[in-house]
Amino acid sequence: MNGSGATGPFAEQSLWVRAEADVAAAMRLVRQLAKSAGFNTTETSYLATVATELAANLWIHADGGVVHVRIDAALPGIEIATSDSGPGIADVTLALQDGYSTAGGLGCGLPGVQRLMDGLEIDSRAGNGTRIRTWKVNRRAVR
Amino acid sequence: MKIPILRLGRVLLTSIQVDLSDADAMQFQGDLVTKISEIEAMGVAIDITSLEVVDSYMARVINDTATMARLLGAEVVVCGIQPYVAMTLVEMGRGLIGADCVFDLEQGLARLNERIRLRGDARLDDGE
Repeated sequence: MNGSGATGPFAEQSLWVRAEADVAAAMRLVRQLAKSAGFNTTETSYLATVATELAANLWIHADGGVVHVRIDAALPGIEIATSDSGPGIADVTLALQDGYSTAGGLGCGLPGVQRLMDGLEIDSRAGNGTRIRTWKVNRRAVR
Repeated sequence: MKIPILRLGRVLLTSIQVDLSDADAMQFQGDLVTKISEIEAMGVAIDITSLEVVDSYMARVINDTATMARLLGAEVVVCGIQPYVAMTLVEMGRGLIGADCVFDLEQGLARLNERIRLRGDARLDDGE
């Protein structure tokens, strides 16, 4: 699972989302890493949007948390992980359904993330925080 | 972050250039509906050319704002969605932007004027 190749000092970065402004910072961080990982403009836009969704979730639902971004040379691609110690997701299956929202959103945040990415894992129980890991493969880098 | 709302005859022009916080969005929507009813605006153009990322929250804010304006009786167009934003929105889910969309502000104004003409200025005849 760990990147086998050395990918430089900036290939892995974490960012705390504590305030609303950090959501934009998380978006910029992911966009920058996605570009440096060789994703094209469309994919970079997908990834930036995913970062915004996940970081906004930390801020809205969990009162903050950590975004961890990693260029994965083995995948090859990018992995975005978030963790928080918020209330947790009571029903993960429901949270991944279109149109379901507990915060008055469009209800397409997590299902949207799922569609924009190649994989999504959610580890959450009510009252036990949430850990999300999602990744996207850079198809042009696959040899 | 206050979003300027400019008046051009019976049309209002706004441009969202940064991600709005919850409070910003409320303020913007409040300002806009107040202005619409104040001048009985017949059309509203919401320009989002500068938004590089539109997540589900921002899409909702834009949708809600357009719906509010329509409820008051104004025609609404959303101008300048970036190509990559369009791709992302469609990939994320269907119909995130319910309002009519046009390439840029110029087309937006043309579209608004066309629609205002089509509905025959009923309010102008009745009210003034």
